[in-house]
Amino acid sequence: MDSKHPSDASRPLMALLYDKTVRSIIYQVLVFGGVFFLGWYLVSNVQTNLDEQNIATGFGFLDREASFGISESVIAYSPESNYGRALLVGILNTIKVSLTGIILASIIGTLIGIGLVSKNWLVRFIGKTYIDVFRNVPLLLQLFFWYALITNGLPGVRQALNPLPGTFLTNRGLYLPIPADNPAWFWVFIAFIVGIIGAFVLRKWSFKRLEATGQVFPHLSVGLGIVVGLPILTWLLFGAPIEMNVPALQGFNFQGGLNMSPEFFTLLLGLTVYTATYIAEVVRSGIQSVPKGQSEASTSLGLKPSWTMRLIVLPQALRVIIPPLTNQYLNLTKNSSLAVAIGYPELVSISNTTMNQTGQAVEGVAIFMTVYLGISLLISLFMNWYNKRMALVER
Amino acid sequence: MTTMIPSQARPTGGSTMRRSVSWLKTNLFSSPTNTVISLICIYILWEILSAVVGWAIVNASFSASKEFCGDVSGACWAFVHDNYRFLLFGTYPLDEQWRPLIAIFMLVGGILISMNRRFWSPWLAVAWIVGFVVMYIILGGGILGLERVSSTNWGGLTLTLILAVVGIAFAAPLALILALGRRSEMPFVRVICVVFIEVFRGVPLISVLFMASLMFPLFLPDGVSIDKLLRAQVGIIFFQAAYLAEVFRGGMQAIPSGQYEAADALGLSYWQKMSKIILPQALRLVIPPTMSTFISLFKDTSLVTIIGLFDLLAATKAAINDPTWRQQYIEGYVFIALIYFCFCFFMSRYALYLDREMHKGMSH
Repeated sequence: MDSKHPSDASRPLMALLYDKTVRSIIYQVLVFGGVFFLGWYLVSNVQTNLDEQNIATGFGFLDREASFGISESVIAYSPESNYGRALLVGILNTIKVSLTGIILASIIGTLIGIGLVSKNWLVRFIGKTYIDVFRNVPLLLQLFFWYALITNGLPGVRQALNPLPGTFLTNRGLYLPIPADNPAWFWVFIAFIVGIIGAFVLRKWSFKRLEATGQVFPHLSVGLGIVVGLPILTWLLFGAPIEMNVPALQGFNFQGGLNMSPEFFTLLLGLTVYTATYIAEVVRSGIQSVPKGQSEASTSLGLKPSWTMRLIVLPQALRVIIPPLTNQYLNLTKNSSLAVAIGYPELVSISNTTMNQTGQAVEGVAIFMTVYLGISLLISLFMNWYNKRMALVER
Repeated sequence: MTTMIPSQARPTGGSTMRRSVSWLKTNLFSSPTNTVISLICIYILWEILSAVVGWAIVNASFSASKEFCGDVSGACWAFVHDNYRFLLFGTYPLDEQWRPLIAIFMLVGGILISMNRRFWSPWLAVAWIVGFVVMYIILGGGILGLERVSSTNWGGLTLTLILAVVGIAFAAPLALILALGRRSEMPFVRVICVVFIEVFRGVPLISVLFMASLMFPLFLPDGVSIDKLLRAQVGIIFFQAAYLAEVFRGGMQAIPSGQYEAADALGLSYWQKMSKIILPQALRLVIPPTMSTFISLFKDTSLVTIIGLFDLLAATKAAINDPTWRQQYIEGYVFIALIYFCFCFFMSRYALYLDREMHKGMSH
C-alpha cells in the first residue's frame, strides 16, 4: 500500500492507483461526473417535457391576474390582484400563524416543562400524559380532528357559545372583543416601544455603574416599571378610554371585534398543542441540566434566591434550552404548511392553487422551497451567532 | 410507584396501607400549597376521565349496527365494526383482502423479529429485502395466478405500514452514507452531502411530497412514468434520511479523536475503521434520537393523504365522508389516533429499553 515501497516504483501506474490523494481525486471526479450527468439529464428532460406540454417557463406569471379569492389576508387583496401579490399574502399568513403559534406554544410548553420537574406527583403525571397523548398522534390527524370538531361540533352563529363576556365560539370561528378605535391606542403602543428601549438603556447604564462603583441598581424592577408604567400613563393622559369593540350578532353573522376563522383557529390550536409537547421536554431537560451544586454553591455565597435563579441557574439552563427551542420554532413554521389540508391560505396552499392554475409546478415549488430555506438559513445564522456568544469561554 | 417511597419510610414495619399513606404525604400533600395543587389536579383529572370514559364506554353503543346509536349520547362504535376492513385495506378488492392481511402480518412480524438483538446480523438485511420482494409480489400480483392489483388500490393501515417500514429500511442506510460523506475529507463529496442534507432539512415534508407528485413527472423522459406511491416513498426516504444523517453525524462527532487516531495507528483502512471502531460506538450513543426520527417518519406518513394516496388517515376521512357516518367523525379520528398512538408509544418504549440494554456493562 505504501507508495514509497521499492516494488511499487517499478510499477508507477499501480502505485498511483494506491495513492490516497490520487484515489480521492478519482472518487471525486466520479461523483462529480455522476451528479453533473444526472442534473443535465433531468434538466434536459424537463425542457423537452415543458415544450411538448406547452407550459411557459420563467416567473412571468407573477404579474398575471390571479383571479382566485383568498378567504383571509393581512394586506389588501382581491381576485384582480396578480399572482405575486397572492403569494405575498400566503407568506404573510404563514408568518402570522407561525408567530402566534410560537408565542402560545412557548407559554404552554414552558408551563408543562416546569410541571414535569414538579415535586407533586400528580402534576408530573398530568404533564407526562399530555406529552404522551399529543406527541404520539400525527399532527395532520390532530388538525383534521380539531377542524371537524370546530366546524361540526360547535353551534351555529345564533346559538354561539359564550365562554367569556364578549367572546363567542361558533362553527364560523372565534370572535374576540378588541379595544375600540381610538388614537390613544396608537400612542400607548409607541409608549410601550419607548419603554422597552428605555429599559435596555437603563440596563446598560446600571451594568456600567456596577462595574465602575460596585453599587447595584435594581434595573430589572425599574425597567419593568418603565415598560408597564409608560403605556399606562399615556393611556391615562388620553382620558383612559375603556370603550370596547364587542362582537355583536347582526343578521346572519357577528360584526365587530376580532374574528379568527375556523381554519386559522384550528391551525393555531393544532400547532400550539403539538409543539408545546416538544417545548416542554426541551424546558425540562434545560432545567435538569443545571446541577444542584450550582444553586447550593450560590446560596452558600450568600446570593438571594431570586439572584441565584437569575444569575446562576437561568443562564446555564438557557444555554441548553435555546438551540433545541429554535429548532422547535422552525419545526412549527414548517408544520404550518399542513394548513393546505384544511384550507387556511398560507404559502404552500396558495402556491398549490397557483400551480394548478398555471401548470408551472417547477416555479411554484421553487418559490415556496426558497422561502422556507430562507427562513431556515436565517434562523441557523442566528443560532450560530447565539452559540458563539454563549459558548463557554474556557481557559 | 414503589420506587418513589423515600428511604425514611419504614420498609418492614409499615403495612401497604401505611406505606401508601406516607407516599401520599411526601408526594401530594407535603405542604398547604402542594395540597391545593393536588386537589386542583385531582379535579381536572376527574373531569377529563369522567368525560372520556362516559363518552367512550359508559354512554357508548357497542352494538354492531348503527340502528341503536340514536339512543345513546356517547360513542357509536358500530363505525369501527362497519369500516374496519376499509381502514385496514383501503380500496383493495374485497375478495383479495387476504393478501394485504398477509402483508401486515409480514411487516409486523418482521419488526418484532428485528427488535430482538439475537437476530442482528447481515442476514437480517437480506431477509428484509427478500421479504419486501415477496410482499410486493403478494400485493401487486400479476404472476403465480394472483390477480393484478394496481398500487393505486393499496390503502389503509397496509399502506401506512408499508410507507413507514420501507421508509425506515432505506432511510437508515442512506443516512449513514450521507453522514459519512459529510464528515469525509473529500471536499466535493462533502459539499454534495451538506447541500442534500440542508436542503431537505430546510423545507417542509409536504413540499417534498408536492415535488414528488407534481414536479417529478416532468423530470422523466417521455413515456417513462414512475408509480405515484414509489415517488412519495422516495420523497419520504430522502427527507427523513437528511434528518437521520444529522443524528448519526452527532454520534460520530461525540467519539473522541483518540479512537480515530488509534484505528489509524493500527493501520486499519477507512472502511475497517468506520465499521469496526467508530460506527458501533457512535450508533449506540444515538439510539434515542434515531428512534424519535423513526417515530416522526411513522407519523409523517400521514402527509401522503394530501397528495392523494389512500393511507390510514385518508381512508378514515373517506369513511366519515360517507353520509351514514357523517356524525361519527370523532369515533373515526379517535380510533385511528389510538392505532397511531400504539405504534409510536411502542417505539418510544422500545428505544428506552434498547438504550438501557446497549449500555449494560459499559460503565465501570
